[in-house]
Amino acid sequence: MSVILNGGEISRALRRISHEILEKNHGSENLLLLGIPTRGAYLSRRIASAISEIEKTELESGTLDITMYRDDLRLKAPRTLLPTSIPGGSIDGKDVVLIDDVFYSGRTIRAALDALNELGRPKSVQLAVLIDRGHRELPIRADFVGKNIPTAKEESVRVHLSEIDPLDEVIIEGRTQ
Amino acid sequence: MKHLLSISDLSKDEAIEILDTAAELARLSEGAVKKFPTLRGRTVVNLFFEDSTRTRISFEAAAKRLSADVINFAAKGSSVSKGESLKDTALTLQAMGADAVVIRHGASGAAHQLARQGWMKGVVINAGDGTHEHPTQALLDAFTIRRHLKSNQGDLRGVKVGIIGDILHSRVARSNILLLKKLGAEVVLIAPPTLIPVGVSDWQVGVSYSLDDQIKSLDVVMSLRVQKERMNDLYFATEREYARGYGLNSERMRQMKDKAIVMHPGPMNRGLEISAESADSHRSVIVEQVANGVSVRMAVLYLLLGGATFKELANSGESL
Repeated sequence: MSVILNGGEISRALRRISHEILEKNHGSENLLLLGIPTRGAYLSRRIASAISEIEKTELESGTLDITMYRDDLRLKAPRTLLPTSIPGGSIDGKDVVLIDDVFYSGRTIRAALDALNELGRPKSVQLAVLIDRGHRELPIRADFVGKNIPTAKEESVRVHLSEIDPLDEVIIEGRTQ
Repeated sequence: MKHLLSISDLSKDEAIEILDTAAELARLSEGAVKKFPTLRGRTVVNLFFEDSTRTRISFEAAAKRLSADVINFAAKGSSVSKGESLKDTALTLQAMGADAVVIRHGASGAAHQLARQGWMKGVVINAGDGTHEHPTQALLDAFTIRRHLKSNQGDLRGVKVGIIGDILHSRVARSNILLLKKLGAEVVLIAPPTLIPVGVSDWQVGVSYSLDDQIKSLDVVMSLRVQKERMNDLYFATEREYARGYGLNSERMRQMKDKAIVMHPGPMNRGLEISAESADSHRSVIVEQVANGVSVRMAVLYLLLGGATFKELANSGESL
């Protein structure tokens, strides 16, 4: 087990992502941040408060549960649903930024795009992730990345956030030196 | 949890998980999402040997909102009226590839029989068997109570529920008693002595013969239908006498607690167990019970069918 990002590095990465989101979208006016539970939702809240601070506005963040849209539902026992909440009630015409902790096969994001499709028609959809560990199985890419980490498939990357874990850190497990 | 046959098969945590899932599905359905792709390619058969309006339609709506294929099977007009047995019907459904069978039957234990005999491999959901159980009704009742009195969270501790009327013939009452007690609610049965089942002392619930004694203390007033079609004996003298002793009317409604709600599983005999004013009053959540029924049944179908079925898991070697 080794630590890839510590607390300070995580918060600096999120701060940079917040600036990049603002730069690309020319401000926060039409933004809608949606975190994918569990940890994506906490990251989304942190980015929303960073953006609010930078822009001197109140940007809310929402959550988007993708459980019902997963393509691997049939492979595992049923999963508990997690909350979906859309600030303002609608995604129509918004610049949606999906936020997740680890970007891996791309299947979670595919499911998220399906879920968004059911909810309405956003103006654009962007993707922000804290860690991109590669091994994509679908043609999906991230717009904002905290850190790219080359990994082997046997390894697992875990993001710990102080909201639900003892402290902020990103660790990698199962790495053979 | 492979089947849903009886409330007694559920642990408290499983029951709360069903309610939480239903709450999330209800919230999503109130918004933009009307249909989920989750059960695409799964087949749900509604096998109804007894008449039903809301339960069958509710299961059908729930299955369709999850994109399942639905086959409705009513005993009337089928080979059952030619004398086909439950076993042969089950084998037929198995051959047609039913992933889940929702069964309503006049005989207590019919759903168990279907699930346990190995006639079919799919999931069995009990939608009412004789005078035994009706688990999804109990779940939707608990969901409705929790939504009104416990802000849609956790269990039902501290809630006092009065179940009034024809307890003897009511599968709804039996499932409700089991579930409400499992969730920590206090239950009191209120009925004339003739409509209280023998052996009720083992159920660990309160029993009262007077609605007027109890009405002031109840948080939930759950009126049951007088099941005339199951009454082969004389259980009370006249309908007027029953309505006077146990019918819910505006006089009794005035004595209820401020936040208390009125429930009825339907179909109602207006004027007998419940007066028209009571059924249509602002305290009545009877119509909402029907709407909640769809969310709760979606949750049950999702939890039983949404993931890998037991057979698929056994093949892949993964544990639950």
